[in-house]
Amino acid sequence: MLDVRGIKKVYEGKGRTVEAVRDLTFTVDQGEMVCIVGPSGSGKTTLLKIMSGLLDPTAGEVLIEGKKVDGPPPGMAVVFQEYGRSLFPWMTVRENVELPLKQKKLPNARRKELVDESLSAVGLAEAHTAYPWQLSGGMQQRVAIARAVAYEPQVLLMDEPFAAVDAQTRADLEDLIRDIWHRFQVTTLFVTHDIDEAVYLGQRVLILSSSPTVVRQDLAIDLPDERDQLNTRSSPRFAELRAQVYSQIHRPKADAAEPVGAGATAVDGGASGYGAAPDLP
Amino acid sequence: MSIVRRLGLTFGLPIILLAAWWFASANSTDFFFPPLSEILTALKDEWFGPRLLADVVPSVLRLLAGYAVAVVVAVTLGVVIGTSRTVRATLEPVLEFFRAIPPPVLVPIFLLLFGIGDGMKIIVIAFGCMWPILLNTVEGVRAVDSVLSDTARTYRITGTARLRTLVLPAASPQIYAGLRQGLSVAIILMVISELFAASNGLGFAVVQAQRSFAIAETWAGMLMLGLLGFLLAMLFKLVENRQLAWYHGLRRAQRSS
Repeated sequence: MLDVRGIKKVYEGKGRTVEAVRDLTFTVDQGEMVCIVGPSGSGKTTLLKIMSGLLDPTAGEVLIEGKKVDGPPPGMAVVFQEYGRSLFPWMTVRENVELPLKQKKLPNARRKELVDESLSAVGLAEAHTAYPWQLSGGMQQRVAIARAVAYEPQVLLMDEPFAAVDAQTRADLEDLIRDIWHRFQVTTLFVTHDIDEAVYLGQRVLILSSSPTVVRQDLAIDLPDERDQLNTRSSPRFAELRAQVYSQIHRPKADAAEPVGAGATAVDGGASGYGAAPDLP
Repeated sequence: MSIVRRLGLTFGLPIILLAAWWFASANSTDFFFPPLSEILTALKDEWFGPRLLADVVPSVLRLLAGYAVAVVVAVTLGVVIGTSRTVRATLEPVLEFFRAIPPPVLVPIFLLLFGIGDGMKIIVIAFGCMWPILLNTVEGVRAVDSVLSDTARTYRITGTARLRTLVLPAASPQIYAGLRQGLSVAIILMVISELFAASNGLGFAVVQAQRSFAIAETWAGMLMLGLLGFLLAMLFKLVENRQLAWYHGLRRAQRSS
């Protein structure tokens, strides 16, 4: 489905080059929910921008269903961290959600259906005529999520979408994401720096090293599919997984030379998915 | 705030000033400072009389035509310049030069080039008032938020749809700031363009009145220009408040949080 191959990104500055991402390779299967977790400044946003076609990699390529990404691909929606800056403040909530659908040239009736469905899915059935800035931060991010869902993407990318909301809202939104993922069966990539959030949300967690970034570990989250804030987070398995991610992220720099460490358990996805991808020139 | 209080604040000072003028000039025998009563009579009889159609209307039409040309040219050019770094680098020195020329000195040259008709006056007005609009549009277009821009890109909103739904609305607060400055420049140039080689218009009529020692009428012409400017500014504010309602709301929301 989503195939990231040998992505490298080097920023050329004045007399100084910064290697943000060294070598990233992984795949995400159809309908999977994968979290990417890494320390601050680990090139997560760079990776996300490359996957969404907003940024060209220095080397490597991203494939969606075998098609190379060069520029934003049609079946992809992105939810950004800065909800206040990703909604159009001159449009109402409804117009914001509808805009990409108009761009897709969907007929009127279908647009209305999708907008209504997605706004009620995020619990904002009543807020159609409000402007984004009349809503709280959490509600604004719900609108951005509704817009992404209404777009009916093949892949949904989220870039630390809950980093700027308060803890309670955050927990609600995490459950909303699980709910939406179940409901719409959309392949979801969720980037975060929050270990608990990654373990709670994902079927798999990709652990990134600090910059220059490589994949430290590809960890399968074997928690039951039905998750809730109280029981899941207090389960012993959750604690174990959390500890594992934590130790990977905080592993001393010296080990970083060997990206996927020998101690890594539950390595999965990467290699097998790679082989399954169609051959390309 | 109660309505009485608001009306008081809005009209209080103008009424006081007019009253002061009225009483201070009531018994004036000075030829150059006629009593306000005489000036108001001239305003009513002349400016709201035959001169309304003969002079005020042609002036206002030229003003609107010049302003409209400036808005279209400046916003279009501003979007192009604001979008492309290359165009900006190429045009910037030339634009700075043209902007630095005080528009009134163009009147004699434009007279030679475009004759003495309405066309010349409209061009003078358009040329003078396009700069604030142009420069503000450029700045507004350049300052489109990067996250909004990325959002539009990921939803593949490009070309004219991008212009209509992202660039112009995002730049509109800046564009309106330019339009407001441009409007006051346009009024000034409307008058100036009528001081030379004109046969009608507010500027022409005021100078004409002064030369024929119709002093009350000259004063009244000044009041008329003030009223016209005031009216246009009010109309402008009305349009702006409607178009930028989202922006004012957004600003209020940001301030209170």
